[in-house]
Amino acid sequence: MHPFTIERPRDLNAALAFRAQAGRNDVSTEYIAGGTDMVQLLQEYVRRPEQLVSLAGLLDNRIEVGPQGLRLGAAATMAEVAAHPGVIEQFPVISEALLNSASPQVRNQATMGGNLLQRTRCPYFRDVGYAACNKRAPGSGCAAIGGENRWHAVLGTSENCIAANPSDLAVALVALDASVEVRGTNGQRTVPLMELHRLPGDTPHIETALEPGEVITAITVLASPVARRSHYLKVRDRASFEFAVVSAAVALEMDGGRIRQARVALGGVGTKPWRVPRVEAALAGASLDPAVLRPAAGLAAEGAQGRGHNNFKIELMQRVLVRAVETAGARA
Amino acid sequence: MPGSVPLAAAQAAGAAPAPLDLVLRVNGTTHRLKLDPRTTLLDALREHLHLTGSKKGCGLGQCGACTVLMDGKRMKSCLSLAALVEGREITTIEGLAQGDQLHPLQAAFIERDAFQCGYCTPGQIMAGVACINEGHAGSPPEIRDWMSGNICRCGAYDHIVAAIQDAARVSQPARGG
Repeated sequence: MHPFTIERPRDLNAALAFRAQAGRNDVSTEYIAGGTDMVQLLQEYVRRPEQLVSLAGLLDNRIEVGPQGLRLGAAATMAEVAAHPGVIEQFPVISEALLNSASPQVRNQATMGGNLLQRTRCPYFRDVGYAACNKRAPGSGCAAIGGENRWHAVLGTSENCIAANPSDLAVALVALDASVEVRGTNGQRTVPLMELHRLPGDTPHIETALEPGEVITAITVLASPVARRSHYLKVRDRASFEFAVVSAAVALEMDGGRIRQARVALGGVGTKPWRVPRVEAALAGASLDPAVLRPAAGLAAEGAQGRGHNNFKIELMQRVLVRAVETAGARA
Repeated sequence: MPGSVPLAAAQAAGAAPAPLDLVLRVNGTTHRLKLDPRTTLLDALREHLHLTGSKKGCGLGQCGACTVLMDGKRMKSCLSLAALVEGREITTIEGLAQGDQLHPLQAAFIERDAFQCGYCTPGQIMAGVACINEGHAGSPPEIRDWMSGNICRCGAYDHIVAAIQDAARVSQPARGG
């Protein structure tokens, strides 16, 4: 690890003020909470801050399920949220996405806020031995385009970056129209999760809509008729402890044997958690007949662009989507 | 190339930051340490407290050889900075036996010959103890799923699963899964 100092502020306001001062002094500074991704990035010299500001103990970790919906404090761990009876019963897609993520140890350490802000698993981003990575070193190029790109995105890519967003949780939350509460020195604001992550475009190093120094303090999901009948299907190279090759989060409101409304998001295929509104529109009123679901799922492939090794994802994501809808639809 | 970061330059050591005064609770004992802020909990245990039972495999949270309990929950000590775990009650493999009385899972690992080289064993046992306490040791498939954070390169998985099953039978889960 590159040398850094650690600041352990008394409360969140002190942390925000310290971070703001560091910004004014042009001292490179990162927050650290659960640390499961940040320590990897520090160990690999991908991040080389001069200062770390610890958020440990400064953020809400409560999990609240009520008539309004769900509120997850940003410091709640993946394990705590996954095992919460109210989450399991009313928002199963969230629990399933979390239980299919990482390992039991990491789920005990990693927090909600950090999960949403984890960096891509693109091996070229994570290995500073490769010079070309526009995310890590803006303007240096993209080694994945034309390189080993089996793991990379087919949706939302640009000529500057094809790195996939690795969070399973974010895919589930995008399907449920979640928002994040954000705090900075200028106060609090709410950001829809759909707008939290940015497309790479010409600036793949700018990954989120957060301003420098802002902190995610909570995730909120409004109650809805679809959340209870929701499902997360993850396809990966190993049965557990692996990132998604392709995943789908599906939430359905049924009317007898027909879908009244559907919300669908895909993981492993997008540069950000990928919602597919055209698929949702096609599913409205549809039966669970595969002959009906299959063409609807095909709409997910609109604009998809393979780069060689990852071409198979375009077909696979449609199949995963169909199976996820069938599974969710069959739920009581 | 603009913005490129040669590996050697990236890893070139800068000036070491000032050490931090830290208090760690490990296996029921309070330790006062002066540590570089970059010190992981794993390195603090091994290099400074000389508790070398916890092993460093990958150092990136992938192999599980460094697994310890923090406040009773299993964690990867290589992904924790020592400065951020003050006040936590840390249990390592050295703190598991009661004197000469092995923990039931330690005894089961010997009985089942659940290792070859033994390098992953302390992490397997700490994760296994938590797996049983969580109530996630009900069947071999469940054990395999909930032990997936621990890699065994010798491939002793069948015996590891059997040892955890044995120990789970004689242990009362602390809470349901």
